[in-house]
Amino acid sequence: MKYTIMVNEGPYQHQSSDTALQFARAALEKGHEIFRVFFYHDGVNNGTRLAVPPKDDRMLQKEWSELAEKHGLDLVICIAAAQRRGLMDASEAKRQGLNADNIAAGFRISGLGQLIEGGIESDRTIVFGD
Amino acid sequence: MAKKFMYLNRKAPYGTVYALESLEVVLIAAAFEQEVSLAFLDDGVYQIAKGQNPKAVGMKNFSPTYNALGDYGITKLYVERESLAERGLSEEDLMPIVYEDEDDDYAEKPSVQVISRAEMAQIMAEQDVTFSF
Repeated sequence: MKYTIMVNEGPYQHQSSDTALQFARAALEKGHEIFRVFFYHDGVNNGTRLAVPPKDDRMLQKEWSELAEKHGLDLVICIAAAQRRGLMDASEAKRQGLNADNIAAGFRISGLGQLIEGGIESDRTIVFGD
Repeated sequence: MAKKFMYLNRKAPYGTVYALESLEVVLIAAAFEQEVSLAFLDDGVYQIAKGQNPKAVGMKNFSPTYNALGDYGITKLYVERESLAERGLSEEDLMPIVYEDEDDDYAEKPSVQVISRAEMAQIMAEQDVTFSF
């Protein structure tokens, strides 16, 4: 089955990011396909590379990056939500005249159309949120 | 073939950003030529309440945007009757959101349909994609 996953909450504050990650892993292990993971609302904070959780805690942002690299996942951060919350890739930072970017490996920034396309193209769309 | 997309709005319009960012998704979704409907339940019914004025708390009143949904071809706004009643509200407390029916000489028709919880469950079950905010 082909899935699109939507993540609507930030890491650590809320469990939905953990649950989405665990679901994605389990689906891939069972041989399912993940068309796209779309991060919205505070969920965009899953895509920062500047998080430094305590050593004995899980490292959610890094785990998303690693899962993306292993399985070629398409991790998309909503640009409108990202701009509000200060998530930047290099080209967006340049466009906004800012001197830093903070997007983690494996993530890309794009528009809400990517979410709708995911809904159209996938057999199931699953929302992880509050 | 077009899919049925439903946008479920469960939260109050101010206090969190869910309602505003849900509306942003809906406006983009309208361009994809799918069958789009919105549902308002729980505190989400406040999103289309009349007379919103959040100026004193520093928020922008985005409720007029719901009146524009008809121009985007979004004409089905389902509101759960029980959610209204639980909050002491009735249909008269909601904005009179309308659309122009191009198949009926552009007659103005109400977009808002107040339905029961059981009817809401049935409509939800008919959807292909449901986004919950």
